[in-house]
Amino acid sequence: MSTAFLFGDNIDTDLIAPTTADEDKTLVELCMSGVDPSFHEKFGEGDVVVAGENFGCGSSRETAPLSLRRLGADAIIASSFARIFYRNAINIGLPVFEIADATAKFSQGDDVVVDRSNGVISNESSGISYSAPSHPAFLEEIIDAGGLIEYGNRKIDRRDGHSE
Amino acid sequence: MSTVAEKTLSQKIKGTVTPGDIVEVPIDFTSGHEFSLPPAIDEFERINVDTVFDPDSVAVIPDHLTPSPNQRAITLYNRCKEFAMKHNTLFYPQGTQSQEHVHIPEEGLITPGDVMLAADSHSCTHGAIGVFGSGVGSTDMAYAMAFGELWLQVPDTVRFEFVGDPETWVSGKDLILAAIGRVGISGALNKAVEYGGPVVGDLPMDERFTMANMTIEMGGVTGFVDPDRRTRKYVDRRTDAEYQLHSPDPDADYALTYTIDCDDLEPQVAKPHQVSNVASLSELQDPEVQVDQAVIGSCTNGREADLRTAAKVLSGNTVDADVRLIITPGSQRLERLCIEEGLTETFLEAGATMENPGCGACFGMRTGALGPGEVAVSTTNRNVRGRMGHRSSEVYLASPAVAAASAVTGRLTHPSEVA
Repeated sequence: MSTAFLFGDNIDTDLIAPTTADEDKTLVELCMSGVDPSFHEKFGEGDVVVAGENFGCGSSRETAPLSLRRLGADAIIASSFARIFYRNAINIGLPVFEIADATAKFSQGDDVVVDRSNGVISNESSGISYSAPSHPAFLEEIIDAGGLIEYGNRKIDRRDGHSE
Repeated sequence: MSTVAEKTLSQKIKGTVTPGDIVEVPIDFTSGHEFSLPPAIDEFERINVDTVFDPDSVAVIPDHLTPSPNQRAITLYNRCKEFAMKHNTLFYPQGTQSQEHVHIPEEGLITPGDVMLAADSHSCTHGAIGVFGSGVGSTDMAYAMAFGELWLQVPDTVRFEFVGDPETWVSGKDLILAAIGRVGISGALNKAVEYGGPVVGDLPMDERFTMANMTIEMGGVTGFVDPDRRTRKYVDRRTDAEYQLHSPDPDADYALTYTIDCDDLEPQVAKPHQVSNVASLSELQDPEVQVDQAVIGSCTNGREADLRTAAKVLSGNTVDADVRLIITPGSQRLERLCIEEGLTETFLEAGATMENPGCGACFGMRTGALGPGEVAVSTTNRNVRGRMGHRSSEVYLASPAVAAASAVTGRLTHPSEVA
């Protein structure tokens, strides 16, 4: 069971991970510090972030999804994501789910169960489950491979005639 | 029928794309800097390749933390250098450093019709010359360096038409701020953007780069400026390569279209702490907004036209005693131009600090960090809380003319008041 931590619209990458966050320790300690400096003390392994529109807008720095993953985020659920953040999250294996009006469907502290493989997010506190649109097949392939780098290595194996 | 984004990607994959398609696109160019490249190198080393796909299509351009202000920065710089040497990529070491998005088109490293996916969110800048430029993260950058291609979802396109007759001193920066103010910071989320109309057609190339640069601030993937003779002239002066300069079809399908009426448009300012928090300058004169620092430079406004405008406003004036004015040319070529044409003399005479080429004060880690409660007027592209320094500091985004005029008076000021 995960606990939901709620955020609003347009949470940008500088708020998620400031430019000073770049090492294991600072990535964790400064995670979401632009919105809530004590976030890292409250958020635990397996918890989820629920946010509004345009989550992860701003910089291309991959430290933003990385800081959330290092702090233990199980998934990020948002009404919509900024494109670069969405790519980065998938590339590093942090599951992202789009659910319309996400912030109206969850409250701070709700108990949430994420069924990654079926894209079903259950709000145990309200008793309502939501289905997130499935990723396009190509992205599923990347996720199944374990991330973009692993996907690339599989491609090399295929090219070189190695069986997988 | 087709937008510029669709035409460009169709040509690249030698097929026909429609919005929503996911395609693996050949990459003509990619680049990275000290923040984004070192983690990309870590990922690159996990890929089973010996070297980059094409050393001439990969540029290592340290610009964020060069010259290095601290130990962490020099570690990152040296990692970049070591990688560039090992793989024989393009490399611009300290002494030749420039801001990447100023340098790349200036040196003709990319040409219209190219796809450039690079590890910096402001890679959308290059749509000003018809390049499908877009920011990606470090893992994507690693993959692009290894394979010379990346996956891309073909975006829908949003179109802006700028019509009417703006007042004097209105620049490309004011037009793009007006557009972002109109649609908000997710107004073009995950979509390509086209900028056209007679007002944009009158802009010099440098100001078109400013507009394309801020496309990401409305969530856009890339931002194309309608091409014309001026575009061709700019490109032809910098390269002998053949290129494809795409214009949108007159009946192209757009997700959304906006007309921005520029009649009597004043200089625009984005107030703290969001780029879409846009007001006309006159709305910020009562009560006055006092500033502690003014910044002219960055990938948004560190080009020749910006430096000339700043010099024009500062000429014969003196920077207010309580203001720190930092001017950062976007490239070493421009640093030389400033010296040779006397702009440097004008800046120093006025009391500005001239800084080495690069990103400058934009993100508060190389130079010009703001203290608690301090206020800056800046020509950069982001004013989110804490970006330029202390969390309680505030950044107002404006054009070079407004930033220079405000440096003279110590408060947000219309350029006509001092120039």
